[in-house]
Amino acid sequence: MTSANGKRQIPRIGVYVCHCGSNIAGTVDVEEVAKWAKERLGEQGVVVAKEYKFMCSSLGQELIAEDIRKERLDRVVVAACSPHLHEKTFRGAAARAGLNPYLCEMTSIREQVSWVHTDKILATEKAKALISGTVARVREHSPLESITVPINETTLVVGGGIAGIQAALEIANTGHPVYLVEREPSIGGHMAQFDKTFPTLDCAACILTPRMSEAGSHPGIHLLTWSEVEQVEGYVGNFTVSVRKKARYVNTELCTGCGICWQKCPKNVLDDKFEVGLGYRKAIYTPFEQAVPRFPVIDRETCTYFEKGTCKACEKFCPTGAIALEQQDELVSFQVGNIVLATGYDLFDARRVPQYGYGRLPNVFTSLEFERMCNAAGPTNGDIVLRDGKTVPKTVGIIHCVGSRDRNYNNYCSAICCMQSLKFAHLVKERTGAEVYNFYIDLRTTAKDYDEFYQRVLEEGTLFVRGRVAEIIDGAQLPGGDERMVIQVEDTLAGCQRHIPVDMVVLSAALEPRADAGEVAKQFGISCSSNGWFTERHPKLDPVATMTEGIFIAGCATGPRDIPNTVAQGSATAARVVSYIAQAELALEPIRASVAEATCSGCRICNGLCPFNAIVFHEDRMVTEIMTALCQGCGTCVAACPAGAITCTGFSNDQVIAQIEGMMAVAFQPEPV
Amino acid sequence: MSGEFEPLIIGFTCNWCSYRAADMAGTARFKYPPNIRLLRLMCSGRLDPTFVLKAFREGADGVLITGCHPGECHYIEQNYKALRRVLLLKRLLGSMGLNPERVKLVWASAAEGGRLAREISSFVEHVRALGPLGWPQRAMANGRYAAREEIEEVPA
Repeated sequence: MTSANGKRQIPRIGVYVCHCGSNIAGTVDVEEVAKWAKERLGEQGVVVAKEYKFMCSSLGQELIAEDIRKERLDRVVVAACSPHLHEKTFRGAAARAGLNPYLCEMTSIREQVSWVHTDKILATEKAKALISGTVARVREHSPLESITVPINETTLVVGGGIAGIQAALEIANTGHPVYLVEREPSIGGHMAQFDKTFPTLDCAACILTPRMSEAGSHPGIHLLTWSEVEQVEGYVGNFTVSVRKKARYVNTELCTGCGICWQKCPKNVLDDKFEVGLGYRKAIYTPFEQAVPRFPVIDRETCTYFEKGTCKACEKFCPTGAIALEQQDELVSFQVGNIVLATGYDLFDARRVPQYGYGRLPNVFTSLEFERMCNAAGPTNGDIVLRDGKTVPKTVGIIHCVGSRDRNYNNYCSAICCMQSLKFAHLVKERTGAEVYNFYIDLRTTAKDYDEFYQRVLEEGTLFVRGRVAEIIDGAQLPGGDERMVIQVEDTLAGCQRHIPVDMVVLSAALEPRADAGEVAKQFGISCSSNGWFTERHPKLDPVATMTEGIFIAGCATGPRDIPNTVAQGSATAARVVSYIAQAELALEPIRASVAEATCSGCRICNGLCPFNAIVFHEDRMVTEIMTALCQGCGTCVAACPAGAITCTGFSNDQVIAQIEGMMAVAFQPEPV
Repeated sequence: MSGEFEPLIIGFTCNWCSYRAADMAGTARFKYPPNIRLLRLMCSGRLDPTFVLKAFREGADGVLITGCHPGECHYIEQNYKALRRVLLLKRLLGSMGLNPERVKLVWASAAEGGRLAREISSFVEHVRALGPLGWPQRAMANGRYAAREEIEEVPA
């Protein structure tokens, strides 16, 4: 830090050590650290060093602010939790006391010291070293102004399930335009496949389809179905998105959705997507009756015309001439300010649990198959029957936690299976009167009215067996057995093995991240947890934001959750997006690189390093310039510059070198007491 | 901790992945030895190789560099540049007579707190086995730069 006449001034630094209750103070001798900082870092300019129970509390913040005013501090170091948690808090406190917020720096002695180390003496020494490094670093700081970017008022919502629909509607209702991109021919997502919804048992279609048509006809929502995001560029406030509109082979300008084409189409195709292999559709189809939009698509893979070049029945019969067999994929690109990712989940493939026999034993069904079977618009018109399509089961076994809470597959709880299985039990009872067994590990009925529903199912006479099912045995293989299957399970409450013959088994399969969730995360510059779900900025305090500004997440893409939770998250993302739009511009961290033109030799080594095209070379003057608006502040060019002409605010060479010196100034061996 | 050599390691972390992995290691209470001191950069691409040399010059026995997994860089592809630089740096260290194993590059995503803790623990033990580097004493003893033979750890 230098004054106007170039003379080095001695800074006045305040060091604040937080106890965080006993989180830090339990392992680090905070009094000793503060005393040490005052005594030993005095030469570095530390004039105040204090410890306090909770620095982030209003009293703690006030303590810092008062010192800034009274002691004329020009630098502040807070040794507490991770800067990702409270950097904003302390910068705000500094700013309120009249100090440039970027002259306040945090060092993490909780996540990086007290929570990961056990030896008190060594932890205390490490805390001192980290503070010493940060004090040395903060000496090199200069005041910064945050960068503001304008926020484009248009939003992209990816995924047209209930989470995406909810987000799109909420945003569009505030008068800001939304692009809703869905890769299937219709919006609706998994919820459109369900029959009843727990715990109220209202029918999924009755509550979903009005929302779907509202989204479809909303003047503020631009629906792009049968489309996928191809490329995303830019940053918060100003993303450029390219979307591939897959060829529908139907001119949506002319199509009225009358349905004559799929009535006339001679090609029956097993529907393994919407009807999960239980029903059929045509080669030209909408996934279901209430599809939004109502335009069909032609499935290139199965259509006779695309296979053999003949047929064209749809084209012949279409009353408006809307069939467009020569249609090509189309790339559309547009600008948005914020993005909501609501890409949903995949169902666990129950074939992966061979002992449950799915795919081998005909009368073992997955939860999604059972949903379709119960659905009045489904392949069996709502009749619960065996795979032969007519026999009504007399005994049904429902198995919880298939593929979840199982270290062979997924450790996590899929959150919805308990309630879903209870709902299935109720539906079986109601529609067939069959005897129903639920095989569970624990029953988790934690949300509003959920446990009441469990009580109701209990009273209806469903039988519960606590234990993980070992095997589903083909009855025909057993001596004296019949065509019924036998469920082998250890009843952990009664402490005995049971063999229960059943006609039908329903597997409550786990919810898994989309197979391509990793690629999608990469495309949008966000991260996934080790299980593969999108990672939130903070699991409790910021559950729908991501580490990347302007990208929000909702619904099952963030982890298994039920419909109320998913809808709430959809609304939450909308609130976040609309708040950004309302602010019109957003302040960003002023961490940016710049070139000192006088020192730049024009070697162009840095020129090829920037993935954001922020580096431009001026041929006339033979110097490089960094466009601040495009720079993202990674610092790769700074590290590459052989002349040291590029510097980066917040992470200059001087700052990093000083921090290394400061950190190393505290020896590892504790001083003898 | 009596008598045994305790290595001192500087760790450079990326703000977006490994620094958060360190946060997560803390939140999950994964333990690792206190021999490492982490320094946050915005990206592993910010790592100027001179930072590593500086750490050794100040007395570090090892340097850990952590970044996002290939393909997951917050800045698209800058971790590949870090990888290139670290490989080059290791050759340079070797030709200077320093054991290149004193520098390690680790990929750790924000979700991999456990992995980061394990990598730190194993690197601390590895550097402990290599023994003290003591660059300041070695190279600068008696106030002069030592001859190359005096400081050589590995033959070039």
